[in-house]
Amino acid sequence: MTADVTLATHEVRWGVGGVLMVDGVTLAAEPGRVLGLIGPNGSGKSSLLRLMARLRKVSSGVVTLGDANIDALPRRAFARRVALVEQQTTTEAALTVQDVVRLGRTPHRGPLSAWTSDDAAAVDTALEQVGLADRRERLWHSLSGGERQRAHIARALAQCPSELLLDEPTNHLDIRHQLDILALIRRLPVTSVVALHDLNLAALFCDRLAVLHQGKLARVGTPDEVLTEELIETVFGVQASVERSPRHGRLQVHYLMG
Amino acid sequence: MGKPVAVALLALAALGFAIALAASIGEMTIPLEIIVKTVGNRLFGTAFPLNRIQEGVVWDYRLSRALVAACCGGALAVSGVILQALLRNPLAEPYVLGISAGASTGAVLVMIAGIGGGALSLSGGAFLGAVAAIALVGLLAMGSGGGSDRVLLAGVAGSQLFNAMTSYIVTTSANAEQARGVLFWLLGNLGGVRWPDVGLAAPVALGGFVVAMLHARALDAFAFGADAAASLGVPVRRVRLVLFALTAAMTAAMVGIVGSIGFVGLVIPHAARFLVGQGHARLLPAALMIGAVFLVLADILSRILVAQQVLPVGVVTALFGAPAFAVILYRARRPL
Repeated sequence: MTADVTLATHEVRWGVGGVLMVDGVTLAAEPGRVLGLIGPNGSGKSSLLRLMARLRKVSSGVVTLGDANIDALPRRAFARRVALVEQQTTTEAALTVQDVVRLGRTPHRGPLSAWTSDDAAAVDTALEQVGLADRRERLWHSLSGGERQRAHIARALAQCPSELLLDEPTNHLDIRHQLDILALIRRLPVTSVVALHDLNLAALFCDRLAVLHQGKLARVGTPDEVLTEELIETVFGVQASVERSPRHGRLQVHYLMG
Repeated sequence: MGKPVAVALLALAALGFAIALAASIGEMTIPLEIIVKTVGNRLFGTAFPLNRIQEGVVWDYRLSRALVAACCGGALAVSGVILQALLRNPLAEPYVLGISAGASTGAVLVMIAGIGGGALSLSGGAFLGAVAAIALVGLLAMGSGGGSDRVLLAGVAGSQLFNAMTSYIVTTSANAEQARGVLFWLLGNLGGVRWPDVGLAAPVALGGFVVAMLHARALDAFAFGADAAASLGVPVRRVRLVLFALTAAMTAAMVGIVGSIGFVGLVIPHAARFLVGQGHARLLPAALMIGAVFLVLADILSRILVAQQVLPVGVVTALFGAPAFAVILYRARRPL
């Protein structure tokens, strides 16, 4: 994990069916920090994450990892560096937590290579990091939403990535699990890019925020620089008052009823 | 390392025993000892004195038939495992998705309508039919927004269409005798099978299995969908292309030889999962062996269930498969 090599987009554009979803975004993650992507529904957060994860090809512009264009990297080499946690994906297969996390070793193994002690160690570490080591034999279907999301994060960590991309990892979770997952992401020794809906959670857990609006980057900076009353009104179309919390010193957004 | 080898040997022994049984049971029951001696004489240059008629029945008819049944059952079960993993649907298999129906239409076009003017073999016609069916089902499914439920609906539509086309060709172009032959063949018939058929079925089944095994990790990675597989470094488009073509080829080769046999591809993968779990490195060989043994046994049953008469083997597999299908449907239900 080289600390100064990181994922960045340069004038990236991408659309589907003639509609431009991502429109000229230039953005770089800071090594070891949490970058939050915020913006209303359809603002291009998920699309941008997918471009950074190389799941979709940019129509123009480039995504780079360090000095390299990610399209030029071999698929498996890229998957050893960048891991993605999708929104709420599930499976019909009767897999255990351990089976799911072991999938994270796929890019480290050839089609015929055996399971090594490195693989086992990576899986153990990942399970420890997300706090599921004692539930490794549990079946996927018996897990709660929060546990499933942790299992997905552990699977991503088993890839041993330097960059972790997460698409609304707190969606559909209760508030305790939301705080739990975000605190976990903050603790991880990787660079993360997290798409989030909740502005207060974004202010609480992210080092920097990038605001997307209609596919364009509206603003990027620390939560203090980004979360202003004017921006919330222009981008989200709601009236809000932003104050600094006397409890944790972070910004706090109060929505005002019209 | 000892355990997998032991399990593999055990499975091979079970298959060998099933094949020997198939060679022994029939209108004329031939003792297992004769079967072993026949194989010895033909393959290992032993010189046991044997009744020439018995030796001929065992070698020329029953053993070739049992070997084709084994290849066919194995290949269909492996195809089922692949389709269920790629489409993430427990009900996917060549028969349900209309691939067998497409292969039948292709084969019937060659057999009765004489398409290809002799340049196209029955198996070639079946392969083109299977590819056409996969393409049609794929287009229908994607056109309707994708998703594994849509693929199944598209498969049902595709099978209906291809079955209708087959019936149309048979009714309009075939004479009475051809029609009877085709009908029997469509339900799965191992009657006319001889050694040259083994020469096609065995390489296709074993080769298909080896290619599938090389993709075992990739199939595991599809558990959470194509994007999840791609983010694990799996070349999704290439894997899909190779494996869909592989299932088309395996299904087509088997349909070309024995007609379309349902439910093996559906039921056997689930039975195999029940025994060895979800990992494809173990699931694929398990499905291959269980499918092979299952179809050899089904063929024996098809010959002894009704005295003096041979049932199409597809009828026997469906008699067992339909209730199993119901159980799978019940287990795959979503919690309310």
